[in-house]
Amino acid sequence: MAVLYATIGEIFAERSGVLNLGVEGMMLIGALAAFAATQSLQSLWLGMLIAMLAGGLFAMIHGFFTITLRVNQVVSGLALTLFGIGLTNFLGRPFIGKLSLKFEPVELFPLSKIPILGEIFFTQSALVYPAYLLVPVSYVFLFKTRFGLQLRAVGENPAAADTVGISVFATRYLYVFVGGALAGLGGAYLSLAYTPGWKEQMTGGQGWIAIALVIFAMWDPLKAAAGALLFGFINAFQFYCQAAGITLIPSYILRMLPYLFTIGVLAVITHWKSAKIRVGAPDSLGVPFERE
Amino acid sequence: MRVRLKRRLHPLTWSGHLFIPASIILALALGALLFVVVGINPARAYLEMLIGGFGSFYNFSETLVRATPLILCGLSVGLASKMLIWNIGAEGQLVLGGIAGSGVALFWSPYIPAALLIPAILSAGFVGGAFWALIPAFLKARLKVNEIITSLMLNYVAILYLEHLYFGPWRDPAGRGFPGTAMLPDGAWLTRFFGTRIHLGLILGLAAAVLIWFLLSYTRWGYEISVIGANLQAALYARMNITHNILWVMVISGGLAGLAGICETAGIHYRLQQGLAVGNGYLGIIVAWLGRLQPGAIVFISILLGGLMVGGDQVQIALHVPSSISLALQGAILFCVLAGQVFREYEWVIEREKA
Repeated sequence: MAVLYATIGEIFAERSGVLNLGVEGMMLIGALAAFAATQSLQSLWLGMLIAMLAGGLFAMIHGFFTITLRVNQVVSGLALTLFGIGLTNFLGRPFIGKLSLKFEPVELFPLSKIPILGEIFFTQSALVYPAYLLVPVSYVFLFKTRFGLQLRAVGENPAAADTVGISVFATRYLYVFVGGALAGLGGAYLSLAYTPGWKEQMTGGQGWIAIALVIFAMWDPLKAAAGALLFGFINAFQFYCQAAGITLIPSYILRMLPYLFTIGVLAVITHWKSAKIRVGAPDSLGVPFERE
Repeated sequence: MRVRLKRRLHPLTWSGHLFIPASIILALALGALLFVVVGINPARAYLEMLIGGFGSFYNFSETLVRATPLILCGLSVGLASKMLIWNIGAEGQLVLGGIAGSGVALFWSPYIPAALLIPAILSAGFVGGAFWALIPAFLKARLKVNEIITSLMLNYVAILYLEHLYFGPWRDPAGRGFPGTAMLPDGAWLTRFFGTRIHLGLILGLAAAVLIWFLLSYTRWGYEISVIGANLQAALYARMNITHNILWVMVISGGLAGLAGICETAGIHYRLQQGLAVGNGYLGIIVAWLGRLQPGAIVFISILLGGLMVGGDQVQIALHVPSSISLALQGAILFCVLAGQVFREYEWVIEREKA
């Protein structure tokens, strides 16, 4: 679920034309900020808000470098991840092993009584339910509203967007912030609900999976939700196989599948694209905008 | 009135060289702020770091040991980037190189003459890395698939495969549950020098740097690579074979990362284990860009970062600060140097709003 928040955030940023490989760093910042704030303020919701703010502000470093200074987005994003890991390891030292408030699972009453599905989807912590809403809301926002259209225009053809009076810089800053805030929220889910507490590098590569999922989902929040489910399912399935001693398919192959599948999907999308069917990456993803 | 960046018409001359030291000093100042926040005297922390990384012959040798994989990975990424190919997959290529080389050492060493064993495992490492790099290279060259994503995805696949090997079929039966393969046979251990842990890998890294420098500066192929990277249209117009160049550059790039993997395995760990994939491939990207893709600068930056990491360990021991401070510092340095590079090429211009 942490991955889903981060993925949707990254979709927003990439749709506006900014590739941010710093997701792992932003999630860690969010996780630490959430835990530290919750511990000192004794409020889970404040902790969550501060995590979003921290993730968003941290993403602004990337925004400043790539949008204003036009530094290469890959390099800047990687630096952001590195910086985030180092910073949180360093600042998080006093919080290791400490306890704090945590989000307990909440049954969403009528729905939680549905056999099997109720237990899986509707007996979750309060931080999970907003994600169910976020998926359709962000889909509608991106594809059915004026703001979404402006956002996509900036990512596809910034010069044209600029001509019709959309501020490319402001739009990109805004959605880089949104991306960071959602990654921070994903981090908060980890440190306040999923595995309560703070641990060095507790995201364990989930930020990178989010980046893979964005591509897997072809920059579409609905497919991102499906992808996150698939990743989660494969993970659960391979644990189940291990526990049950089923060795029909070796677990490492199962765990590789999502990544191999992403490569395959990408190859197919690219192939389609050359066959003039428009799906896939925003045209100006990774390209800094310079007003001549 | 508004402020915006404008490309400089005349590149800065002598003052341009001041930007890199200035950005590093700025980054260290930011780091000092961090130390103050956690209540540690920054001067003392930096002194410990300097001594830890460069203070004695032994410390400096450890710095070089740490720098070895960075040099190889930095060159790997740097060469590909010269052609604007994003090899984010150095980490996976490093892992595959380690797997291929150790596989040869573990299972074929009885059949290989002793004198040829080390060349054999090094070649296997190179081939392993090159093979792994060829997958994204082929997809890029033939199907125009974005290499950033494919090479990144292949990192996970490589690491999962590595885990499978040392937890599963290659696990040392005498290892008492320790996740790792058996020790490599003695004959496969890389020569070490001066009674330190400096091993053959460092020599290979330096040799590779010289070779790539020569290749880029004095050969026709090196020239083609630079042209393709700088101006694809011009390269197409000159009828350069892009597909061919992508494949060969990625073979060398992946091979170098593979060498880094087998050198870490046969030079330091002597077995395949978890410590192989510790992010050297990602650090290689940082190194390559800090070194502005120039082989000499890449070597220099690798040694500097190696010192920062070894020094970070020293700070951890002396002042009980997590050694990850060096990671945070590296991030800060990178950001500051990037900003410095921007100001070499651009200048602030204050514009009056037109009435």
